[in-house]
Amino acid sequence: MIRWSRFNIVSVTLGLAFLYLPILLLIIYSFNSSRLVTVWGGFSTQWYVHLFSNDTMLNAAWLTVRIALLSATIATVLGTLAAITLVRYTRFRGRILFSGMIYAPLVMPDVITGLSLLLLFVTSGVDRGFWTIVMAHTTLTMCFVAVVVQSRLLTFDRSIEEAAMDLGAPPVRTFFEVTLPIIAPAVFSGWVLALTLSLDDLVIATFASGAGAKTLPMLIYSQVKLGVTPEINAICTILIGVVAVGVICASIATKRREVQRQRDEQAAAAA
Amino acid sequence: MKALGSLIYQRLVIIVPYAWLLIFFLAPFLIVFRISLSTKALSVPPYDPSFAWSDSFSDWWDKLQTMSFDNYVWLTGDPLYMNAYIESLQIAGISTLLTLIIAYPIAYGMAQAPRTIRPTLLMLVILPFWTSFLIRVYSWMSILSTTGLLNQLLMGLGIIHQPLVILNTNTAVYIGMVYSYLPFMVLPLYSALEKMDGTLIEAAQDLGCTPIGAFWRVTFPLSLPGVIAGCMLVFIPAVGEFVIPDLLGGSQTLMIGKVLWTEFYSNTDWPLASAVATILLLVLVVPIVFFQHFQARADEKGR
Amino acid sequence: MKSLGNIRRSFAPWTDPSAKPYISFKNVTKKFGDFTAVDNLSLNIYNREFFALLGASGCGKSTLLRMLAGFEQPTTGEIVLDDQDLAGTPPYRRPVNMMFQSYALFPHMSVEKNIAFGLRQDGMPKAEIDDRVAQMLKLVKLEQFAKRKPNQLSGGQRQRVALARSLAKRPKVLLLDEPLGALDKKLREETQFELMDLQQSLGLTFVVVTHDQEEAMTMADRIAVMSHGQVVQVATPAEIYEAPNCRFVADFIGDVNILDGNVTSTQSGIVEMAVESGFTVRTASGDTPSAGSRASLAIRPEKLRVTPRAPANASVNAAEGEIWDIAYLGDMTVFHVKLKSGQVVKASSLNAVRAVEEPFAYDQNVWVSFDENAGVLLKD
Repeated sequence: MIRWSRFNIVSVTLGLAFLYLPILLLIIYSFNSSRLVTVWGGFSTQWYVHLFSNDTMLNAAWLTVRIALLSATIATVLGTLAAITLVRYTRFRGRILFSGMIYAPLVMPDVITGLSLLLLFVTSGVDRGFWTIVMAHTTLTMCFVAVVVQSRLLTFDRSIEEAAMDLGAPPVRTFFEVTLPIIAPAVFSGWVLALTLSLDDLVIATFASGAGAKTLPMLIYSQVKLGVTPEINAICTILIGVVAVGVICASIATKRREVQRQRDEQAAAAA
Repeated sequence: MKALGSLIYQRLVIIVPYAWLLIFFLAPFLIVFRISLSTKALSVPPYDPSFAWSDSFSDWWDKLQTMSFDNYVWLTGDPLYMNAYIESLQIAGISTLLTLIIAYPIAYGMAQAPRTIRPTLLMLVILPFWTSFLIRVYSWMSILSTTGLLNQLLMGLGIIHQPLVILNTNTAVYIGMVYSYLPFMVLPLYSALEKMDGTLIEAAQDLGCTPIGAFWRVTFPLSLPGVIAGCMLVFIPAVGEFVIPDLLGGSQTLMIGKVLWTEFYSNTDWPLASAVATILLLVLVVPIVFFQHFQARADEKGR
Repeated sequence: MKSLGNIRRSFAPWTDPSAKPYISFKNVTKKFGDFTAVDNLSLNIYNREFFALLGASGCGKSTLLRMLAGFEQPTTGEIVLDDQDLAGTPPYRRPVNMMFQSYALFPHMSVEKNIAFGLRQDGMPKAEIDDRVAQMLKLVKLEQFAKRKPNQLSGGQRQRVALARSLAKRPKVLLLDEPLGALDKKLREETQFELMDLQQSLGLTFVVVTHDQEEAMTMADRIAVMSHGQVVQVATPAEIYEAPNCRFVADFIGDVNILDGNVTSTQSGIVEMAVESGFTVRTASGDTPSAGSRASLAIRPEKLRVTPRAPANASVNAAEGEIWDIAYLGDMTVFHVKLKSGQVVKASSLNAVRAVEEPFAYDQNVWVSFDENAGVLLKD
């Protein structure tokens, strides 16, 4: 269509380099046998070994994962309901407030959301810990899920639902047998988005948690303030690796499905 | 088409998320405001007055009387806080602008790329977003420190002889902000630019426009919705940003997110922190409402 | 008695005063905010009819269909099906099935599952469902495509699946929303006859919405021409074509020449007019307009004769002019003749012989003539 000029290639390459530089450095230094960033002490995996005997970190990691899985799942359900409301029910009392409450958390600074949730928990006498972090993360991430699912629903062909109802399926059955399977990819990517946001969150988790619960970001943050420990590099690299593998697999799977779909359509057209 | 679902299900779909958000999003703001009217105390919870269900009406009334706007008076009177708000807005504003300038060529390049590699480019831009934000900011700490990679590189190349002090200054904050918020700017821009019809540029050039002229008169105006969305997605959270100024900024970097955190954790002055938060919210209310309005209108168009 | 068109119709329940309509719209109005899509419309459709709703976009035909299916509720008025008022009945409880314009096949289900969907909703036992699905596949000749998904099918195949799916539950009434719109010309023609055969053999009532006149004329027993939310005329294709009740219908269907003028006299079934194009017209008509009133005569192009010389009686129903334009269409030729008054009329003739001895030429002086039964006196 439009030729890719040199300027464009340079911009994109520089941009990507800028984005990936810190990540690459982190990975490299996680294999640095020396503690100092300035000195390359040779290749070593000792920090990974240290990591696996570091109980505090492992516990924090496990806690973070549990919180993320739980809050992401609840957020996906709530966010999907919210998306349906936004798209299908355009007129009900309080709709403006509702849509405001969905979009505001997307841009609200974490410190405000975090502080407000903490005060909620304190004034209502709820003990802060695992469950309060789950509730806090759910509240934030459900809005992101809602936006993702909503944009899919907007392009959804309503006549398919009408066909289902015409054939005798009442609305709830139509949703579960027809609509949901079709929008499933969007719902899934909403879930993944919620998962990532939860795994990564520092500020809200700090406000919403109590003495007992320390998530991995909270742990990393406190250690970073004290001084860099190379185990952090190691765990960061592992996280990056896991995510990268996940994203690449998803991309390949999507691409393959796309190619298959195109092949199917061509075969059908030729038939 | 109005869904003909049984009314109960319809109501449930609306009520469940609505109730959740009312309880966990809206109500807390009211609580923040109420606490901002209290004073710090050495009790648990660390503010006065603290209401209890066992209070009688007269207790209640007495406690109510002790609440005041003192915190607000304190905040508006002390130039430190006012400066913090102003500097936050400044830093966020400049960061947004820088992010826009850097993101635009990237998004433009992506939109111009051959169709087959666009999904790959998109994936490459999104991938860092899936990795931890905290980790990446932390990585910049080691790059920008006086013994960090950047200084090593520059000194090694002989460009400078004394290490540059970047870490713990506003410059580091800008770098950190641009880095962290880049995907939020690139994605809406890319989305807007990709939808643009290339033949419009050709038409402009056919009518006598230079390539640069065509860009400013055709491409940029058409990409404006993406520009606005991106700026909103960067500016608003950046004003209240905490992690980046905390890790990369210095003691002179006065951002309101840090102030709030300090008041809350270091000084355990919850009422004051609440007041800080309330004022921040008021400051941001206009852009937030604008953002919501903008989103709602974009949704209508997509309908 | 002469009949319009040359088809003998034995099936005509609408002519029988004792026949009860199967579907009845009674003073149905549908408003969307300020916009009135359907305006106080009343219509009767009989059992086993192939009925077409014909009109331009925005005339309300799709809205009417959707109200029958249950996706819209009338603002006022009643819709009655087989003696039951459909008000308040949701679409999933109506004995009506619809074939959608976009086919609306479930993309995540195979052809089999798509067809079986409606049967599953009714709780039919599995063995019966399998039987019925096999029957349907045989009916639309898609047996070997049973396991395929919609995106692996061509447009024509998808249409058959949509048809099979909508017939699987053996509804009494099948609604079809622009069923042939997405097909290419040849496929469209084949499918038209297939649909007609299917309707006859299954004994169902079909209600088709279309903007394509040819489709409506070919397939339907009766057509309702709609405009601005109202039914302008309901009649058989022949009646619609040869006896339009107003200018709109005359103009909407096929090509027509309209001669406006003043009535000079009316006697024993013949109305005499002086038309603005400058000649005298005598036409057979059941109406008796008074002398001096305005009237219009609608004549189809194929009813006009073009001759190089004046006809025997050139004082009535004949006019002189020149060949203004010629459109050679292969099977027929349409001559645009510019009369002395300046009005251009269209006259078409079949090319019944391969080679003509004296073909017409541009600007040639010719005569256009027709007889008393050739045209229809229009009421407005």
